[in-house]
Amino acid sequence: MKEQKRSLLRNNAVQSLLASLLCILIGLLVGYVVLLLINPAGAGEAIVTIVKNFMTYSRRNAQLKYLGSTLVKTAPLLMCSLSVLFAYKVGLFNIGAAGQYVVGAGASLYCALAWHMPWYVCLLAAAVAGAVLGAVSGLLKAYCNVNEVISCIMLNWISLYMVNTLLTRVKETTSPYTFTLASTNPGAILPKLPAFCMAWFNDNQYVTIAIPLAVLAAVAIWVLLEKTKLGYELKATGCNKFAAKYCGMRENKNLILTMAIAGGLAGMGAAMLFLTGFEQWQCTQSSIPGMGFNGIAAAFLGGLNPLGTILSSYFIQHITNGGAYVDKTMYSAQISDFISALIIYLCGFVLFFKFALNNWLDRREEKKAAKAAESAEEGGKAK
Amino acid sequence: MEQTYAIEMLNITKRFPGIVANDNITLQLKKGEIHALLGENGAGKSTLMSVLFGLYRPEEGVIKKDGRVVEIKDPNDANALGIGMVHQHFKLVECFTVLDNIIMGVEPCKHGFLQKAEAREKVLALSEKYGLRVDPDALVEDITVGMQQRTEILKMLYRENEILIFDEPTAVLTPQEIEELMQIMRNLAAEGKSILFISHKLNEIMAVADRCSVLRKGKYIGTVEIKDTTREELSRMMVGRDVEFVVHKEPAKPGKTILEVEGITVASKTHSKDAVKNVSFTVRAGEIVCIAGIDGNGQTELVYGLTGLEPLKSGKITLEGQDITHAPIRKRNTMGMSHIPEDRHKHGLVLDYTLEDNMLLQRYFEPEFVSKVGFLKRKAIRDYAGRLIEQYDVRSGQGPVTVARSMSGGNQQKAIVAREIDKDPELLIAVQPTRGLDVGAIEYIHKQIVAQRDAGKGVLLVSLELDEVMALSDRILVMYEGEIVGELDPKTTTVEELGLYMAGAKREGA
Repeated sequence: MKEQKRSLLRNNAVQSLLASLLCILIGLLVGYVVLLLINPAGAGEAIVTIVKNFMTYSRRNAQLKYLGSTLVKTAPLLMCSLSVLFAYKVGLFNIGAAGQYVVGAGASLYCALAWHMPWYVCLLAAAVAGAVLGAVSGLLKAYCNVNEVISCIMLNWISLYMVNTLLTRVKETTSPYTFTLASTNPGAILPKLPAFCMAWFNDNQYVTIAIPLAVLAAVAIWVLLEKTKLGYELKATGCNKFAAKYCGMRENKNLILTMAIAGGLAGMGAAMLFLTGFEQWQCTQSSIPGMGFNGIAAAFLGGLNPLGTILSSYFIQHITNGGAYVDKTMYSAQISDFISALIIYLCGFVLFFKFALNNWLDRREEKKAAKAAESAEEGGKAK
Repeated sequence: MEQTYAIEMLNITKRFPGIVANDNITLQLKKGEIHALLGENGAGKSTLMSVLFGLYRPEEGVIKKDGRVVEIKDPNDANALGIGMVHQHFKLVECFTVLDNIIMGVEPCKHGFLQKAEAREKVLALSEKYGLRVDPDALVEDITVGMQQRTEILKMLYRENEILIFDEPTAVLTPQEIEELMQIMRNLAAEGKSILFISHKLNEIMAVADRCSVLRKGKYIGTVEIKDTTREELSRMMVGRDVEFVVHKEPAKPGKTILEVEGITVASKTHSKDAVKNVSFTVRAGEIVCIAGIDGNGQTELVYGLTGLEPLKSGKITLEGQDITHAPIRKRNTMGMSHIPEDRHKHGLVLDYTLEDNMLLQRYFEPEFVSKVGFLKRKAIRDYAGRLIEQYDVRSGQGPVTVARSMSGGNQQKAIVAREIDKDPELLIAVQPTRGLDVGAIEYIHKQIVAQRDAGKGVLLVSLELDEVMALSDRILVMYEGEIVGELDPKTTTVEELGLYMAGAKREGA
């Protein structure tokens, strides 16, 4: 019985889950303390609101509708976190998911609004644009030994202003936003889910195939990494590029391919949001959308497991949306960003918590072994 | 009256998570003696020394100097107590002179100006007294390894250290230099210095030490007087069982040429000079050709050139009649070249992969292990790994799914040997195949290499261990400064002659 319990705690997935839950708990706790400091009166209620998100609505229909809205934004976040995770498994830190997301948005919207392409072409264009941008970082790393973090950060800004410039050609004259898909090219809107599924979300019009597609992508990435020859090669390159070279893998090819796949995922993620019509691109924005950066957090909170990131992406989006319902007379509107930022910050500790847990288990086992040896010795003497 | 010791470490216990690195270890160093500390890799020698230098705090036990309990919190405390150490890898500033290196940190100053003349006199006096030949004005990067070591020793003497620790000091020296070092150590002891000599080379311990303490797997086994013991007894204490020192092998029956190397040159990564200069040799089927030499004379780069890890500047390599000079690594591997790399953690293994995945590294792309659409055949892989584990006696915690990082060095090496030999190569390139392994694993790997030779394969062995070179090889090629300076027959040559070639003092045709 005890033996079983120990092996369960040693299980990597269980450890990841425990560590992630611990991060969330501490994040909420610290958030609560800060809310208490700002305004003690509403702190408890605010935290509950954030955690409840759409459940704050009393009507079931409204609950379902806003569950749908949360999921709509979860899909792109999941794609971004898969992008970060995939690169990370190959030993690369894809901080460029943000930029790849931006060019994905640019490509899909331009195809939709300027060239009136159908949705699947737009989706593909987004993936290709992201992949190309990712490959640029990969090429720079492979052939010029430029650290991917540096090139990615620079490309993030280049992409933002390029896309702003490009999409200004398809923006409304009176506002900084791009045309709506519904008015310009309804054919570019992603297909809705079958009617019986739509009922689950009270016919929220933004719920599309993007959601199951993102989950499918997570499963596909898991299979690719764990079950295929390509995954075996890529992970080997990531864990030890010298060993990969020694046994004849082509590390440069692998590097570029990885960044292209990662970029493709993030780019497609953008299309999965903008092709629902949920948001329009603001052509004057001067900060990079946070989706790609949140993807980093979701990847780590999910224990760097593609299936874990499905849960973590949802969770992060859940509390981000929940923040919108906090009483604005007591707290400023940024409070939700603050709480999610806290949890995201603590995500960095997932690996630390796992390490601490393993240490603790080791020590316990050691003590047990020492005790067993002692009692055995005593037993020997007694004889 | 009780004997007073220069330094005593009594009942030291140091634990790390999951392991007891030092378990109740006692080490007593008499004044003026040479005391050897013997143990295999991982026996706890380094941990014990780190405790002595205040890098680790022991959970239990005390350290006494001249009979008084002292507390060593950091290396500065150790210095203040007169404890000095020559590290295996020297801690010298390459672009400083010998004199500058010796006085570094304790420079004599007057009004903020260096008083080098004073320091020079002191250094020259010390070097005279102990027979430590150095040129105080030479740059460290220009002097030999032996002189660098003497500089390190002078550093300790300049600081008036009384307790001198030598950590594996002979690993980088030629036989002649080793003999000289032994004499220096004897001189130092005769002058009243206490010396702790860390080594796993039994011959050297027998030659120079007065007493020897043995550690095994973190435990203290005992201390013996060298004059009352034998090499066999020491090895039994170190390993825990009897060990065969001799490799049994039949005379070689060389067949057709497997590898032909013609005038290859490989650039160096650290110097502007070429690391390998115009080297030519052949390896035939059924013979073990050994490249001997002191570390850093181009052996590593030669192997990189042969295996394709580094490009050649010029020259030609032919494997079984096919020109592979520009062939990619994968092509060489599949054509019958196996490579047991020098650094098993850097090249040989993906440490975060499981044992079975590591055993697959050279074969994962074969149809036996991967389906047409690119899915790995996990069952075939596990069966294959299981067979290798059994056949080559690779021990691990959880069998095929053990993470390689958690395995012992010896078993990691066995896994690599299994993988490379099971490929059924025509040419086996083994670089330092027994480095850092315990005696049992060394015995095993030597047998495997001889078995490959007897099966008609060509074996190219690169080794820094003279004993290994003499025991295994059928032909010896000595490398010095990137060139092959001599070809010797192990049956007719001596270790001394080999040493002269390795030091560059002798060369063929000169």
